[in-house]
Amino acid sequence: MQYGISILLSGISLGGQYALIAIGYTMVYGILRLINFAHGDVFMAAGLIMVYLSASLPIGVALPLMILLTVLLGFVIERAAYKPLRSAPRMSVMISAIGVSYLLQNLATYITGGLPQMYPNLPVLSNQITIAGTSTKMVTVVTPFLVVALVIALTQLINHTKIGTAMRAASRDFETAQLMGIKINNVISFTFVIGSLLAAVGSALYFTNYPSIVPLSGSLPGLRAFVAAVFGGIGSIPGAVVGAFLIGLSETVIKSSNWSVFSDAFTFALLIIILVVKPTGLFGEKSTDKV
Amino acid sequence: MKRILALALTLVMVLSLAACGGSDTPASDAGGDTSDSGNPVVRIGVFEPATGDSGAGGKQEMLGMQYANRETPTVDIGGTTYNVELVYADNGSDPAKAPTAAAELVSNDVSLVLGSYGSSVAMAGGPVFDEAGLAAIGVTCTNPNITAGNDYYFRICFLDNFQAQVLVNFAKDKFSAQKAYCLGELGNEYDQGLISFFEQNFDGEVIKDSFPTNTSDFTTYLNKAVNEDVDVIFCPVSIAYATQIVGLAASMGLEIPLLGSDTLDSNVVLEAAQGSSVQLYVSTFYQEGGSPEFDEGIKAWLNEDSTAMTNNGGNDTIAAVTAMGYDAYYVALEALKAAGSTDPGDVKAALPNVTYTGVSGAIAFDEQGDAIRDTAYIKTADTANNVWTLETVQTVE
Amino acid sequence: MLQEKKSKRSAWIALVCVAALLLLVMVLENTMQPTSMLFTVLKKGAVYALVAASLNLLNGFTGLFSLGQAGFMLLGAYTYAILTISSADRESVYYLYGGSAVNFSLPELFGGGTLGLILGVLAALILAGCVAAVVAWLIGLPVLRLKSDYLAIATLGFAEIIRAIFQWDALGPVTNGANALKNFPTFSSFNIENADGVVVFRLSTFVPFLLAAVCIGIMVLLINSTYGRAFKAIREDEVAAEAMGINLAKHKRMAFCISSFFAGVGGGMFAMFANQAQAKTFTTAMTYEILLIVVIGGIGSISGSCIASFLYVAASEWWLRFLDAETYIGSFKVPFLRTGFRMVVFSIIIMVVVLFFRRGLMGDRELGDVARSLRARLSGKAKQKGAAK
Repeated sequence: MQYGISILLSGISLGGQYALIAIGYTMVYGILRLINFAHGDVFMAAGLIMVYLSASLPIGVALPLMILLTVLLGFVIERAAYKPLRSAPRMSVMISAIGVSYLLQNLATYITGGLPQMYPNLPVLSNQITIAGTSTKMVTVVTPFLVVALVIALTQLINHTKIGTAMRAASRDFETAQLMGIKINNVISFTFVIGSLLAAVGSALYFTNYPSIVPLSGSLPGLRAFVAAVFGGIGSIPGAVVGAFLIGLSETVIKSSNWSVFSDAFTFALLIIILVVKPTGLFGEKSTDKV
Repeated sequence: MKRILALALTLVMVLSLAACGGSDTPASDAGGDTSDSGNPVVRIGVFEPATGDSGAGGKQEMLGMQYANRETPTVDIGGTTYNVELVYADNGSDPAKAPTAAAELVSNDVSLVLGSYGSSVAMAGGPVFDEAGLAAIGVTCTNPNITAGNDYYFRICFLDNFQAQVLVNFAKDKFSAQKAYCLGELGNEYDQGLISFFEQNFDGEVIKDSFPTNTSDFTTYLNKAVNEDVDVIFCPVSIAYATQIVGLAASMGLEIPLLGSDTLDSNVVLEAAQGSSVQLYVSTFYQEGGSPEFDEGIKAWLNEDSTAMTNNGGNDTIAAVTAMGYDAYYVALEALKAAGSTDPGDVKAALPNVTYTGVSGAIAFDEQGDAIRDTAYIKTADTANNVWTLETVQTVE
Repeated sequence: MLQEKKSKRSAWIALVCVAALLLLVMVLENTMQPTSMLFTVLKKGAVYALVAASLNLLNGFTGLFSLGQAGFMLLGAYTYAILTISSADRESVYYLYGGSAVNFSLPELFGGGTLGLILGVLAALILAGCVAAVVAWLIGLPVLRLKSDYLAIATLGFAEIIRAIFQWDALGPVTNGANALKNFPTFSSFNIENADGVVVFRLSTFVPFLLAAVCIGIMVLLINSTYGRAFKAIREDEVAAEAMGINLAKHKRMAFCISSFFAGVGGGMFAMFANQAQAKTFTTAMTYEILLIVVIGGIGSISGSCIASFLYVAASEWWLRFLDAETYIGSFKVPFLRTGFRMVVFSIIIMVVVLFFRRGLMGDRELGDVARSLRARLSGKAKQKGAAK
């Protein structure tokens, strides 16, 4: 029983953290039709920024500054690596994303010297609590609630503000939206800003739980979150969140079984099955090809 | 405009390449090279990971060699005094990159090679040395397959089957363990090899689990061990994962003792356990205090040189791999002296008969090229004072 | 008629050029110092050129975006290794599993000796390709119906699944679990030795070049055939291609299987280069590397992929290595130079290429086209000069 609860808890908190990354993937894909491979590495970079900031600043200052810098990083990446390729074939942009991911990882290796960095303890979040006999960190409990709150705020933003309307228009039809006078570059930048913001929050939660950061720390959560986004129907925010929780839970369940060797393979098998049976994911909109 | 900028950038790169090409040329005629002091130079290759998940361990091992090189920068070979130069090639902890890193050392005309930390890279680089006729001295690569079938690979550390046996005995003696949980990285030769040997030697129940590369969530695995009510957890993983596992064990107040292999003997891991109640035991090659003179000297150097300090993980605790790197350097010097020349062929011929008593104990090679060693140190983490303390010295007959 | 004659002539020219290149490699290898880094780079470059060309066949010519190349290479590498490890060494290689489940070795089946080695290695490489192609056919059944990015993700997923299966402990007697497979014939096995075991004639760089050249040649022939034209039609517009009577499913499957076949052969060659086969090496990062080579060389240009693979390997493994070492000019310490800096510079170069040379080195032109247009320009200038006079 206690074991079951501990699996459930860690699955839900992992799912919540994946959700925050998955939203970044799904929003960018919704508008640019780009798999932003660098997103997982932005997540890792956020963690490293926090490590270096907290070494010299109090947490209260470092945390907001870290979020700000991560947002800036996301913004700069979009302007420098994706904007010049707006008219290029989609594959070029994807390659550019892979290049950025490569650059961020190598830069992190260079700066950290390849040594694992320990994430600082955040007040409240790092505290130990006991739920039904299982000891865990506060962050495990906070994560799902924070995720739900953030998603509600995000949906409000998208449905009820001017920039949200512009984003929806751009994801529906990129070119027509441009013709309607929407400043498409601003909309895209804004999307990246939101994606990076959520990744920064996600990284604070994730690395509080798993405090050692290496340059490749972002790749696995990034990949899983992306799978979650596809699973839920890429382009759909609620889909990404539901997908992330499902992936997080199924990952912990399979790890606890005797088949833990296949915990990665299982995630991908699930993805392939979904893609083949329902290519648009659980909540994706149906699209038709026009000749 | 953009194109011009890009072209300019590329041009700069090409020019710098040309510059490097130019600087490469003198490297190819090693024999006639002389240093500032007028002595001829003998090159020793350092085949170690400085990046990737074994980067931290590789760096600590290199510290030992660098310190030894500072202490004894010259060697008398056949009546001439040579200056020793260490040539580095980063194998990136990646078996795919190891052959080219090894080839880089071969092309730099080194007389012999030291390294590597991590067994997979040593195995990937081994055939390159074998083909080039260059002897390599493995420092802390413990997998049996490194020297088997390779005449040119030697090593100064004990082997995995020995290490696993030591840990099994320790688990029996200290905890009367009946049930063990083994956790290793999926597809990692070192981890899986040790776990297999552990399983073979352990008479009791063994539960095995593997986690995919780049995992950072170990909660489920540790909870599983708790749930299965095991007596010990054996996790012979690389440092990056070890910090996660030990850190997690510390924060969840794990009561089951953790057993680790030589990779866990690192102050980075020690720090992850700091101030907690976690019981961590590792088997290793050297215990601080084994040679007070060496300890004192290297600590003074670490405190003086900030780069070395950073590479050691920010404090002056001496890792066993550093002591091993230090010994490996002196074994290399002995081999050069015995060979009486800097020719790799002569060095290889002289190596099997080299004996040396280093800070980690007496070193001699058997016919396979493995060190003849029958003792391992078991250390435990003193989490209150953030130091390793010697638990016991284990031997296997 | 005239067109045919012209293409025949350029085919001859190409053949002569390739032969000259092979000869040059052979001569270089036997005159230069064999320990030079150049040969390591050439060997790896030849292997990567083959794999990059195979990926280009899929991504560049058929327009199917696959990210599963490392998975197929893994299949090839393991098939090759399992079939060729000498039976005497099997015990020590499979030391954890007390010997291997496969108890024969192809070079020995063919009678050992030089002939046995050549036949055995060739047969093993072809089988490596076949295994990869068969698995590709199976994977293709569900995933080839998917479009662009979804196909990419599904193939990437399959590559990861294949890797996990090969690392699985239960299959140890066949795959050796997490341990590397080794002690099989490598490129160096082809060096000709005299009775004392001293190498008298080196072929260890020539062999990968020859193998890669033959495989790439077959791919080029394929691209210039009816099938190749059908592939290009699919790339340009699937619906239109179908309307023209091209069987979409069949041609896509064919392209996927052929590409995987050569990736499998490339995987076997990679094992020969690396002297070992280990599942841990064939990660998604490797697929990305190959994809970057294809893009740098130019999507849709086979010769571009070949040139780019040599440049890529040389830059990342050889030319830039000096950036990793701390250097002093006099007593001045050059800033930034430290472990890891090489890869930072390298990734910046890649970003520059991706951003500013979008079409890669060659665009979708081949080396022959470039030579022709150069000649045309030169003769055009000569004509202009003549006219001016």
